[in-house]
Amino acid sequence: MEEVLPVEPRENMTEGAAKVGGENGTEVILSVKDLTVGFGSNIVLDKLNLDIYRGEILGFVGASGTGKSVLMRTVLRLLPRRSGSIEILGVEYDAVSEEERMALDMRLGVLFQHGALFSALTVKENIQVPMREYLNLPQELMDELARLKIDMVGLAPEAADKFPSELSGGMIKRAALARALALDPDLVFLDEPTSGLDPIGAAEFDNLIAKLRDTLGLTVYMVTHDLDSLFSVCDRIAVLGKKKVLVEGTIEDMLACDDEWVTSYFQGKRARSIVRDDEKLVS
Amino acid sequence: MTRSQLKTETDVQLAEADDGSTRAYRFSGDWRSVSIHLATPKLDAFAAKGGEAGEVDLSEVTAMDTAGAWVIRRFMTQVGDVKLTSDKPRYLELMNALPEKLPEPAVEGRKFGSLFSRIFTPVGNSVVSAWEDTVAAMFILGSAVRGAQLKLGRHSGVSPAAIVSQIDRMGVQAVPIILLMSFLIGAIIAQQGAFQLRYFGAELFVVDLVGILQLREIGVLLTAIMIAGRSGSAITAEIGSMKMREEIDALKVMGLSPIGVLVFPRLVALTVALPLLTIIANFAALTGAAVVTWSYSGITFATFLARLQEAVDFSSVLAGMIKAPFMALIIGVVAAVEGLKVGGSAESLGKHVTQSVVKSIFVVILVDGLFAIFYAAINF
Repeated sequence: MEEVLPVEPRENMTEGAAKVGGENGTEVILSVKDLTVGFGSNIVLDKLNLDIYRGEILGFVGASGTGKSVLMRTVLRLLPRRSGSIEILGVEYDAVSEEERMALDMRLGVLFQHGALFSALTVKENIQVPMREYLNLPQELMDELARLKIDMVGLAPEAADKFPSELSGGMIKRAALARALALDPDLVFLDEPTSGLDPIGAAEFDNLIAKLRDTLGLTVYMVTHDLDSLFSVCDRIAVLGKKKVLVEGTIEDMLACDDEWVTSYFQGKRARSIVRDDEKLVS
Repeated sequence: MTRSQLKTETDVQLAEADDGSTRAYRFSGDWRSVSIHLATPKLDAFAAKGGEAGEVDLSEVTAMDTAGAWVIRRFMTQVGDVKLTSDKPRYLELMNALPEKLPEPAVEGRKFGSLFSRIFTPVGNSVVSAWEDTVAAMFILGSAVRGAQLKLGRHSGVSPAAIVSQIDRMGVQAVPIILLMSFLIGAIIAQQGAFQLRYFGAELFVVDLVGILQLREIGVLLTAIMIAGRSGSAITAEIGSMKMREEIDALKVMGLSPIGVLVFPRLVALTVALPLLTIIANFAALTGAAVVTWSYSGITFATFLARLQEAVDFSSVLAGMIKAPFMALIIGVVAAVEGLKVGGSAESLGKHVTQSVVKSIFVVILVDGLFAIFYAAINF
């Protein structure tokens, strides 16, 4: 009963095995090196490199079919890789014991594109699934924590006892985010979190993610096509193309980049109107 | 990384200041979801005593997440007027981001009826749902016939390719299992019959027994039960998962009748396949019986066939075969009704697939009994 899962406190992560990198000396939380993934004769990702630093929100963009989802699924070990290494929180997943893998899994949260809530469970029970599996808490406290998470992601308290089939699209996204946050993970993967939301709902969702990053110290890996999200909450943006990360950097770097696809993406009609709005607000 | 190294010290102390007047709750160690269970009992004990200190000190906390913050926040609410101090601004920020109290859902008073209504409500519900099932089955039967004609534009609306592919899946691919099952059933009946009839020296009459039983009753009944398990469940699962993924709705808004497109080919395929499978089953069962009577009782194949010809006339064959299309319709319609009742969850899919198999087998046996009564009444 008194045993505790071997999870190091966050503050200790900067010591020991974890690597330190980046311009401002922040810790690398996810490091992908020379990753190659393919299906049959079709190579989807070829020697791809990517680093994500603690506490940042990384927006991931790329044309449809360039392998954004493949990369995310490979990092989450849902797909096999041909070669390369993936280190999460300084740990190579394949090289550690089962117990440490479990500890590692606890520190990741995933919001799937369509929510992937368990349809036979209510929202509250969905959030409690990881708590039940990993933690040793009384039911009463788990109920309170579930309601706290529901409140944090901006759902009405009545949603707790609803089934996923009774929720709207935006509510499903929020409920799925609450489940992803159930164990206060270090790294959260969001697959198109704002797709299918109305612009106001999408903006609220962006603010929510930024707020959670600030209060909980989350690191966010966000696959998105929402230009508003990219401009407003993402600290850094990575563009996937030609089987690699084409460019990564801030929004200014994207605007300065001369790759054809990046130019048309960030300086197209839709992007320009957002930049103009931002400038209007500044002046 | 060993367990002992990582064991966290999660603790809370009631600390007295030097002058003994102000006292503080001093939190220390790891206050995260993985470890808070170590200290919550102590925290509850402090909260129960209540109101002793004016300060909550987080200076010695080494790690904290929302769960830990919530437990401390809840404790502060329980104790009442306490001041929060910490030298790590991130913890204060996290604590302050949490709501002081959880919003309560608007409670709808759960109504409990009287004992009478609690007993009879389920009974009434099941009667109503049985009636609704019947109506839905009639609707599906009707619209399967009508729906196939309701297509504007291209062709007649009956798609031969769909029907043939369904016959392949439900009929042709079921042949091996039907053959095997019927062969064994025929053999078993013949063996038992032979053993019992041996007492009367009437072993040859086992041919009558197997022939009439198989051709009139067992052949069609067991084939129908097998197909209900094999294809009825598949139909329910297919239609049900299409319903879950809004594919049925997509068909509707395209102006296509989902019953015409999905159910009609399956119904036709079943109605064609089941009688044919019954014929195959009858042959297999009689072969099985012939083999067993030959090996246990020494009845040669020639004798078996000659006796069979005397025992069985065409009306026996017909009596069994007439039932097959009815069984097929029952299986198809029940499967479709259940498939269309599937709701949003995976659980409901499982429930309705089970219901589909259970109900179609039940109705198949019921109808078989009704046919037996009917045949007896008209001396068929």
